[in-house]
Amino acid sequence: METLIQQILNGLVIGSVYALIALGYTMVYGILGLINFAHGDVLMVGALTALQTMLFLMGFAPGMSPVVMLTIALAVAIPVCMMIGFTMERLAYRRLRNAPRLAPLITAIGMSFLLQTVAMIIWGRNYHTFPQLISTTPMQPIEGVFVTPVQLTIIGVSALIMIGLMLLVNKTRIGRAMRATAENHRVASLMGVDTNAVIAFTFVIGAALAAVAGVMFASNYGIAHYGMGFMPGLKAFTAAVLGGIGNLGGAMLGGITLGLVESLGAGYIEHLTFGFLNSSYQDIFAFIILGLVLIFKPTGLLGERVSDRA
Amino acid sequence: MNELVAAVPWLGKRNPMAARWLLIILAIAAPFIAMQFGRSWVRILDFALLYMMLALGLNLVVGFAGLLDLGYIAFYAVGAYTFAFLASPHFGIHLPFWMVLPLGAAFAAVAGIMLGFPVLRLRGDYLAIVTLGFGEIIRIFMLNLNYPVNITNGPQGINMIDPIVLFGWDLSRNLQVTEEISIHSLYLYYYLFLACVIGSIIFIQRLQISRVGRAWAAMRDDELAAKAIGINTRNMKLLAFSLGATFGGVAGCLFGAFQGFVSPESFSLMESIAVLTMVVFGGMGNIAGAIVGAFVLALLPEILRDVAIPLQQTLFGKVILDPEVLRMLLLSLAMILMMLLRPAGLIPARARYAHPENLHRGGAAK
Repeated sequence: METLIQQILNGLVIGSVYALIALGYTMVYGILGLINFAHGDVLMVGALTALQTMLFLMGFAPGMSPVVMLTIALAVAIPVCMMIGFTMERLAYRRLRNAPRLAPLITAIGMSFLLQTVAMIIWGRNYHTFPQLISTTPMQPIEGVFVTPVQLTIIGVSALIMIGLMLLVNKTRIGRAMRATAENHRVASLMGVDTNAVIAFTFVIGAALAAVAGVMFASNYGIAHYGMGFMPGLKAFTAAVLGGIGNLGGAMLGGITLGLVESLGAGYIEHLTFGFLNSSYQDIFAFIILGLVLIFKPTGLLGERVSDRA
Repeated sequence: MNELVAAVPWLGKRNPMAARWLLIILAIAAPFIAMQFGRSWVRILDFALLYMMLALGLNLVVGFAGLLDLGYIAFYAVGAYTFAFLASPHFGIHLPFWMVLPLGAAFAAVAGIMLGFPVLRLRGDYLAIVTLGFGEIIRIFMLNLNYPVNITNGPQGINMIDPIVLFGWDLSRNLQVTEEISIHSLYLYYYLFLACVIGSIIFIQRLQISRVGRAWAAMRDDELAAKAIGINTRNMKLLAFSLGATFGGVAGCLFGAFQGFVSPESFSLMESIAVLTMVVFGGMGNIAGAIVGAFVLALLPEILRDVAIPLQQTLFGKVILDPEVLRMLLLSLAMILMMLLRPAGLIPARARYAHPENLHRGGAAK
C-alpha cells in the first residue's frame, strides 16, 4: 500500500513536469500543425542556463537565500529560452510554413541536434550536479511514504502555471488571437490578427514553459547535461498525443496520466513479468502508450481527429 | 546509374559515356587511392559503402513511399545482432555466411512489418515519432536483455563474430596472390560491399520503375488519390517498410561480420538521424542522391577530423571541437540548411512520368 501511494506521488511529480512540456508541444501543434522536435532541447538549455547562473551567483554572493537564487536563475533561463524559441521560429520554421510536409519536421530534428551539439560545446559532455536549492530532505506525511519539498514545489508551481496559461488562452485578447489562428490562419488574418506575431508569441510562451520545466526536472533529479532534454521531450510529446494534441487540457491530463503510468509501471514491472523485465525498461512505457493510443484512439483522450492531419 | 552519371560535374551532361567510365574506374580504384592516405581510409570507404546501402534502403521508405522513418537503424541492428547470434562464440553457433545473410534480411523484414502494422494509419509527424520510439525500444532491449537470461550481453555487446567466408575464402585474411603480392582484407571487403551496393542499385532502379515503385510514388504524392485509383495502400506501405528494412538487415549482417563486434552503442538514434540526413542531403526519392549523400556525409566528418583537429591545435593551441562534436554539427547543419535552401537535395529527384515520351529512353528526363 505504501509503495502504491509512493509511486502515485512520484508519478504526479514527474507527470506535472511532462504536462508543462507537453503544453509547449500542443500549443505549437495546435497553431502550426508542426511537431517542434527541438522543444525538449529548449528544456535542456533552460536547465543548463539556470545551472550556470546559480554557479555564478554562488561564487558572487555566497550567502544569498536559495529562493532568491532560484528566482534569479529562472529569470535568466526563461528569457534565454524565449529567445531560442523566437529565433527558431523566425529563421527556420516561418520560411517553411508552406513547404512540403516533411520539410519542417526534418528541420526540427536538425534543430534539436544543433541545440544539443551547441550545448555540448558550451557545457561539455559531462553530467553536471544541479544544485538542489530547495530542501530534498524527505518528509513522511504517511508512514512509509516519502515526499520532499522539491516535489511539492514542482506540483504547486506547475499547477499555478497551468492555471495561468488557461487564463491567458481563454480570457485575454492575445489568447483569443491564438485560438483564432489555430482555427484558421487565413481567416484570422482577415479579421485583423497579426498571425505571424501570434505564432511567434506561441513559440515564445512554449519555450518559457520548457525553461521552467527544465529547471524543475533538473532540480528533481539533481543532474543536468546536454542530452537531458531528449527523453522528457519525447515523453511529453507522447503525453500531448495521449491527451489529444492541440488541446491544452488534454496535454495536462496526458502528462499526469503518463507520469502515473510510468511510475506505477516501473514500480511493478518486475512483479508483472516475474522478474524478467526490471525498472531499466521504464522508458519503453511511453512508447508503448504512444503506439497504443495512435492505433486505438488516435484522437487522444480529449482531442479531435489527428491521424489524417500532418 | 544514369542519374549518377548525370550528376558528375561538367562531364556528366556533355559526355555521359566518358562520365560513366570515369565513375566505374573511380569505384574500382577508390581503395587504392584511399590507401595513399593510410589504411584507415580504406576502412572509412568500407563504412561509406555500408552507409550507402542504408541510405538506399531508407530512401525506399522515405523518398519513394514518403514514410518518414526515424528508427531505421533498428533494422541495421536486427541484421547485425542476427549475425552475431548465429555466427559467434556467444551461443556457440557458427552458421555459414550464406545461411545467416538471408536470415538476417528476413528477420529485419519481419521487424519492418511489425513496425509497419501499427503505424499504417499514421502520417508524417506521428509516423516519425512512433518509428523513433520503435528504434529506441529495440535499443533498450539490446542494452538490457542480459538479465535474467543473457541474450544480448548488454552494453558490452557481442564480440569475436565470425568473418565472412565465401566459398571457403576467408575475407578477413589477406589474399595471397603470389609470394610478394597480397591483397589486404580491407580491399576484399570493399569489393564485396561494392558488389552489394551495385546489386542494390540495380534492384532499386528496377523497383522504382515497376508497378510497385509507381504505386509508391502515387501514394507519396497523394494517398487519397492513390487509394481512389485502386492502389492497396496498406500493402504498399507494408512492402515499403519490409523492403527498406531488408536492406538495413543485409547491411547490418555485413557490418557485424566486418566489424567482428556489435554493441547497442552503434545503433543509437544519432545513427538513424545520420542516415536520414544522407538521404535528405543527397535528395529524397533519388538513388543517385542517396549514394552521393551517403558518400559525402560518411567521408566529410573523417576529412574534417584530419583537417580541423590540427588546425584548431595551431590556431588555439587546443582542441575545442572534437571529431564527434564536429560530426553532429555537420549533420544537423546539413539537415537544416538543406531544408531551407535546397529542399530537394543535392541531386533533386526528377518526376519522370510527367513526360511519358521519355519512358523508353529511361534516364534523364527533363
